[in-house]
Amino acid sequence: MNVAADNSQAQVAPAAPPAAPVIESADVAAPRESAGSRALRIVVPTGMLVLLLVIWQLYVTVAHVPHYILPSPTRIAQALWSDWPVLGASLLVTLKITFTALALALAGGVLLAIILVQSKWIELAFYPYAVILQVTPIVAIAPLILIYTPTTQVALLICAFLVAFFPVLSNTTQGLKSTDHNLLNLFELYGANRWQTLVLLKIPNALPYFLAGLRIAGGLSLIAAVVAEFAAGSAGAGSGLAFRLLESQYRLNIPRLFAALVLLSVTGVLIFVVTSLLSWLLLRKWHESAVRREN
Amino acid sequence: MTVRQMAALPRAAIVHAGSGAAGRPLVSLRSISKTFSNGTVALQNLDLDVRAGEFVSLLGPSGCGKSTALRLIAGLGEPSAGTIEWPGAARDAAGRPVREIAFVFQEPTLMPWATVFNNVWLPLRLKRRPKSAVRDDVMQALAMVGLESVADSYPRELSGGMKMRVSIARALITKPRLLLMDEPFAALDEITRFRLNDDLLRLWEQFGWTVVFVTHSVFESVYLSSRIVVMASRPGRVFCDLDVDAPHPRGESFRTSVAYNDYCRKASETLHDAMMPAASKP
Repeated sequence: MNVAADNSQAQVAPAAPPAAPVIESADVAAPRESAGSRALRIVVPTGMLVLLLVIWQLYVTVAHVPHYILPSPTRIAQALWSDWPVLGASLLVTLKITFTALALALAGGVLLAIILVQSKWIELAFYPYAVILQVTPIVAIAPLILIYTPTTQVALLICAFLVAFFPVLSNTTQGLKSTDHNLLNLFELYGANRWQTLVLLKIPNALPYFLAGLRIAGGLSLIAAVVAEFAAGSAGAGSGLAFRLLESQYRLNIPRLFAALVLLSVTGVLIFVVTSLLSWLLLRKWHESAVRREN
Repeated sequence: MTVRQMAALPRAAIVHAGSGAAGRPLVSLRSISKTFSNGTVALQNLDLDVRAGEFVSLLGPSGCGKSTALRLIAGLGEPSAGTIEWPGAARDAAGRPVREIAFVFQEPTLMPWATVFNNVWLPLRLKRRPKSAVRDDVMQALAMVGLESVADSYPRELSGGMKMRVSIARALITKPRLLLMDEPFAALDEITRFRLNDDLLRLWEQFGWTVVFVTHSVFESVYLSSRIVVMASRPGRVFCDLDVDAPHPRGESFRTSVAYNDYCRKASETLHDAMMPAASKP
């Protein structure tokens, strides 16, 4: 080993940099997106939507497409307005199922994930059943659940819950288990108890995973609420949007069918926006997924 | 509060013993062996005494068990054989010695979701000390490493060297009797490493802690240490003990001196001998 050579290197190297710490790539210091490009982000998708609607309207008008085949956008809007008492009530039913199922899935998924990671034995005993419930198509379980439950609404709720529950469980479990080993060592060194390790280390570490699970579960609970209603074949008053879809189809009330579809997509988009916003708000300070990359 | 002001604090009055430390050791490892579950023998019959005020470097090739030894001292894992004694330490209710230690890992090991302040607060927070009560202590620890201005930043906003400084501040906040450092600067560039070496040495000279520092750099170990413990691998054991009697404070003049050069050559040769097949004690 050449001691002298390294020594001479040592001589020149440590020119002390300025003491004032330099914050690199700080989020706050990032140059703001110009107002023009921000406006474009709103104008482009909106313009595209308007353009598509105009083309649709023109096509239906010019080609004289009958409304029971393909209604025009204005006709759909009309149906949405005039059928609102019926559709609104059904939307409320679907929303109730969706959000109750989502809330139960979040609470249940997080709670079970926390219990699962407490011991290898608990995980070995319970995780397979969570997987079985997940991989079995709910449409297949729905008839059985219908037999066991007092009302169709409860059956739908259980179906939607079963579907939304798994992504929350598996993501949160993964997040709780992927805690940095050195940080776990650090907590052990400083005498942290189980509760402190869970609350101060494992849960914050699992947050990005949980939020990814939440975004999946939010969309899935709406899908499951609709699919389960199809499978359960609920009918009459107090039914959700899925029944309105089928009913409109039987009656060839295609504008109303489209209107129900519009309500479902808007609901889905809103769920996506709200969960994404929540995720961004919670992670924007520290997680790579929520921080803009700058090169 | 600046570092210079820190020097005026009563703790600075503690005289550090340097290499000539006598008296009973702070921690002593007796015939420590450690075999991992996959059958790897990491350490065999390791004896090591660390006396109060010493700056001991564990120097050796990778795989010589120096990090394992450090982790055992920290209480992360149990030795397969042998004992670790803390002669002067108080006992807890269960009769175990209370190790007043702090650990600095090779990676900064910061919680990315917590601000710099909250990361440094962590050891005290785990002892249920409220934020308001320890605000000054945390800011003081940050001042020691020159980072009080970034208390509210998140780790991802800092450079590698700054993250390591935060990690050191977090270790200092508990005022440990023994500071354990596991190749803390190995992942940093040379300029940053030299700066942190200087800062660490300056803090040690001021406050007189005891440090056990794991490194594979001969130059780093000579520059920092009052004693270098050269280790050999397969199985991991102590090969040779080298005293570095150069006076403190050490700085640029030491790093470029003939004496430093001589110590480096001696340590290099010893390390070289330790890495020879079938190395035996010189």
